[in-house]
Amino acid sequence: MAERSFVEEVKKLRLSGGDVFRGEGILAVTKALLESGVSYVAGYQGAPISHLMDVLADAQDILAEQGIRFENSASEATAAATLAASVNYPLRGAVTFKATVGTNVASDALANLASGGVTGGALIIVGEDYGEGSSIMQERSHAFAMKSQIWLLDPRPNLPSIVDAVKQGFDLSEASNTPVMLQLRIRACHVHGHFIAGDNKRAKFTLKDALENPQRDVGRIVLPPASFVHEQEKVRERWPAAVRFIEERKLNEFFSEDADDIGIIVQGGSYNTLLRALERLGLADVYGNTQVPLYVMNVAYPVIESEVIRFCEGKRAVLIVEEGQPNFVEQNLATILRQAGSTTALHGKDMLPVAGEYTASELLKGARSFCERYECLAPLPVTPPVRKVIPLKEVAAIGVDAAPEPAQPSTSLAEVVHARPPGFCTGCPERPIFSAMKLVERELGPHHVSADIGCHLFSILPPFNIGNTTMGYGLGGAGAAALNAPAGKRAISMMGDGGFWHNGLTSGVANAVFNKSDNLTIVVDNNYTSATGGQDILSSNAVNKTRSTGHEIERAVRGVGVEWVKTLRRTYDVAGMRDALKEALTTSKKGPKVLIAQSECMLNKQRREKPLVRKAIADGKRMVREKFGVDSDTCTGDHSCIRLSGCPSLSIKPNPDPLRSDPVATVLDSCVGCGVCGEVSHAAVLCPSFYKAQIVSNPSRWDLLRERVRAAIIGWLQRGEARRRETYAF
Amino acid sequence: MTNKVQPIKIAILAMGGEGGGVLADWIVDMGEANGYVAQTTSVPGVAQRTGATIYYVELYPNAQAEADGGRPVLALMPLPGDVDVVLASELMEAGRAVQRGLVTGDRTTLIASTHRVFSIAEKSALGDGRVDSAQLLAHTGRAAKRFIRFDMAQAAEASGSVISAVLFGALAGSGVLPFSRAQFEATIERGGVGVKPSLKAFGAAFARAQGGDDGEALPEAAAAMPAPRPRHPAVRALVERVQREFPAASHDLLLEGVRRLIDYQDTAYASLYLDRMAAVAALPDHGDQRLLRETARHLALWMSYEDTARVAALKTRATRFERVRGEARVQPGQVLAINEYMHPRLQEICETLPGGIGRWLMNSTLPKRIVERFTQHGRVIQTSSLHGYLMLRTVAAMKRWRRSTMRYAEENRRIEEWLQRIAATAQRNPDLAVELAQCQRLVKGYSDTHERGIRNYDTVMRAVERAGAGLAPATLRELRDAALADEHGHKLQAALAQHALA
Repeated sequence: MAERSFVEEVKKLRLSGGDVFRGEGILAVTKALLESGVSYVAGYQGAPISHLMDVLADAQDILAEQGIRFENSASEATAAATLAASVNYPLRGAVTFKATVGTNVASDALANLASGGVTGGALIIVGEDYGEGSSIMQERSHAFAMKSQIWLLDPRPNLPSIVDAVKQGFDLSEASNTPVMLQLRIRACHVHGHFIAGDNKRAKFTLKDALENPQRDVGRIVLPPASFVHEQEKVRERWPAAVRFIEERKLNEFFSEDADDIGIIVQGGSYNTLLRALERLGLADVYGNTQVPLYVMNVAYPVIESEVIRFCEGKRAVLIVEEGQPNFVEQNLATILRQAGSTTALHGKDMLPVAGEYTASELLKGARSFCERYECLAPLPVTPPVRKVIPLKEVAAIGVDAAPEPAQPSTSLAEVVHARPPGFCTGCPERPIFSAMKLVERELGPHHVSADIGCHLFSILPPFNIGNTTMGYGLGGAGAAALNAPAGKRAISMMGDGGFWHNGLTSGVANAVFNKSDNLTIVVDNNYTSATGGQDILSSNAVNKTRSTGHEIERAVRGVGVEWVKTLRRTYDVAGMRDALKEALTTSKKGPKVLIAQSECMLNKQRREKPLVRKAIADGKRMVREKFGVDSDTCTGDHSCIRLSGCPSLSIKPNPDPLRSDPVATVLDSCVGCGVCGEVSHAAVLCPSFYKAQIVSNPSRWDLLRERVRAAIIGWLQRGEARRRETYAF
Repeated sequence: MTNKVQPIKIAILAMGGEGGGVLADWIVDMGEANGYVAQTTSVPGVAQRTGATIYYVELYPNAQAEADGGRPVLALMPLPGDVDVVLASELMEAGRAVQRGLVTGDRTTLIASTHRVFSIAEKSALGDGRVDSAQLLAHTGRAAKRFIRFDMAQAAEASGSVISAVLFGALAGSGVLPFSRAQFEATIERGGVGVKPSLKAFGAAFARAQGGDDGEALPEAAAAMPAPRPRHPAVRALVERVQREFPAASHDLLLEGVRRLIDYQDTAYASLYLDRMAAVAALPDHGDQRLLRETARHLALWMSYEDTARVAALKTRATRFERVRGEARVQPGQVLAINEYMHPRLQEICETLPGGIGRWLMNSTLPKRIVERFTQHGRVIQTSSLHGYLMLRTVAAMKRWRRSTMRYAEENRRIEEWLQRIAATAQRNPDLAVELAQCQRLVKGYSDTHERGIRNYDTVMRAVERAGAGLAPATLRELRDAALADEHGHKLQAALAQHALA
């Protein structure tokens, strides 16, 4: 069960011809898949395409009606290999994952798929996690498309264009026997817009047909001599076929082609941002009518030579807006223009940033310098540097693009606006693991920690500051492989349950067994792939009608030959965690050690349990709620507890004591009562200020009786004590 | 090319889980329901997990688009200097909007909550790492065309709703969007989740924004201390002594000190406090009573050091039970149990026992080992149970022989040394003496934290000795701040090395 429920969104998948679909870009893609007559969809979850997977997981009935097979693949490699079904059969299939990390994992299968080519349309939908908010290395999917010769679509980021790209993508794939990659930037995946829906289409040829009538063509299998033939086929047959298709269907767009003797070539994904920049410069209107000719490459690869030459014909200069590096398209254009003997000047990364996201302000700057250079815009008057006079109020000058630069933050503003790094949620079961590691660090000194991908990677940030490297999803164990030598300390590897099943079981654990490693691997088992939105995996506890769950990590680990395995079923037991870690790091037993730290992801747990608890209370059932708190009169304001936890619910507030000034710790109402602060203050011998309040709703008769007796006696004693103090009060 | 009509551009800055997405969806839904093309997008990802997120919305009138025969191309990210409305769920996020250039004086209406959600850097400081809200307000206020601000967390709390509903109400009340109040409210109703409290929060915020609420906090009412009215003759004597012997500017702190120490021990102990303060009052200063005031504050704190008996006393009071009841939001009909997380070690036990017994236990072999075994793990004590309450009361009663304990002797020795140092220093340099008095702040917490504090304090005092008469007050302040900069004392060592005092 994913973090979000998509019941409402699923309804949208049923819209038919003429209905208006309103929603997110990635859900529009999902609807477009149904309208394209796909037979199967597979993928691996991750931002920004998780919602595609989640909504399909919640739409089992629609999938059944349409005869569509939906797979939660074990990895992106699995997903890509799933497209093999389109090699021999006229089956349309789509796979999806996060790029470029997913593309990296999938590249083996993608290369094999692209070599032999496809019969049925094969679409690879990649969510390009690039720029602001990205959590991965900054690279381009473009390189994968080029190296394997997969056509790359990069449509304009509005819902009709995106939906159209899906449908055209399948046709293009079939017309050129080549898989097609549809690249959607993160903002396009999450953009809310609308399009006119079509009817869902059921495939004529079904998976059942394929299974019952197997077809085979040795020419499609990647083995010499066929592989050499494939390479020739790619350039002699498939490429020209694709070019013809793209030209005929006019997948790329020309706007105001002859309006001026300069022009801008832009990848579809950057179109809206560029348009806004031109509009601010007074060179376009809000509807996209532009004075500067535009050539919009909704197909980023291959570059269509004829169209480029047509666009550049008679132009003094063109600017290519190509986000990310290397500048593949710019190089390609240069070759085309050079070989055509064109005199059109080519600009690109000389006027735009070489690396980094093409934000609105960057494109504004780049477009301005291009237009000024070719006298399409009057240069901004150079304002002489004004000496700052302090009491004057700074007001941005008036004009269309008067304030394109972010206002220079004065140093003091930079000082008072702190970064807000992502961190563990309130009650996260992973926090106590790192609190325990901090405590072990105090006793045994720091260790080399090979981190992994997942929420647990937040340990590298304050307040924990634990973790040395991260080499990829599930590769925490592998990342410590070389550090396997006789030494006074062992390396520690982190791995999430998601990464474990993705590949960590073999790449990390089995590898450690085979290579006789002596290191420790901590597998964080929180029942879901939490960082991607809480999807189920093999070891999930949830009962899932369409998936097989409940396969224990410990059994898998023992199965590949690990002997020292410990499962802690409650990560919140900080002292227990600390002791287990210490034992794993100091035991004289040889061989890899695996510590499985189990507790359910709190985000998912709360979502599951909150309504149940509310209902139980309403039904008059006895329920106990726990909340932690800090006594402000015993807290001395050192904040050790915060440095060992970083819980969003553990904060500070002004000191109520008139004699003290340092703020005291406080527990906010968002506390879910996980107990880590209490456990940490115990294990670290911190301070006696923490208390746990247990609030009983619908108390039993016994609760009430006991409460009455206690209140009577304790109340009497307290009143006496208060009276004594009152005597001395003034 | 000129554009008569521009899209309405709205940026929302929120932290993960604060409902920024809900707010963006409301605005989009309101736009779509009332004749606007609406587009929103965001970059969630890992920022969802407590990080800062920007949601961006653009609205364009359908009728205009139809009249012009076009479809607006809306942007997916805000362009600095080109934003009409910025909504920030928290004050530092408002500062971030200004920092990113989204708030400009020519056009941006900034609607922000003035409450603070502290950053991890602010929270984890060893002392006070909080950013000055006034600074943030000054920056944000200067940048915006119009700045609507009030404590929206409080407003949300008061109406049992969430901050997004308050922001939505303030947005409506600001009148910057071409939608009526009814259209706003209908949007909340269409959403269908928590409609009633949302509408209540919306209404309150609407009124405040309409009233031009710029959240100007009322000037801190100078809390005029009520004249002390002691009843007990011994207490009256102490109060009168303060009023008679000390300058008026120090009365508030001295009376607070007396009150604290009577509560902590007894009137005789408070009397000792005044004896000590009388000596300080005689020291030379610049006539500003800074030395007297600072010493009064820190001496009271030091003399009321937190020991087991003190903690037990504070934890068992009726007022404390009431406070917990409030913090845990216990409703009538619910039953509350209070559990304490305590971890007394041999050290603390010996320090609580009467001096002779404490010392004997500390130096014994077998009994010591037995106690150590029993104190390996922390204990959870239920103060609201008879057993737990009586146990803590017994521990609290040990204050009777506090002044004979090992801990008292140790603290008393340090206090005396500290006071002597202050006295000696004040003769030469009263400003340095003030800084010296404030060094008490280094010693705080319990167990390991307390030991670390003492260690830092001793290190700084050694440096003071080494520097002798030539120590500048600013240098001592720097050393003190360095000691509070990190847990491992790296900054302190660096500061000492810098001033050649290592």
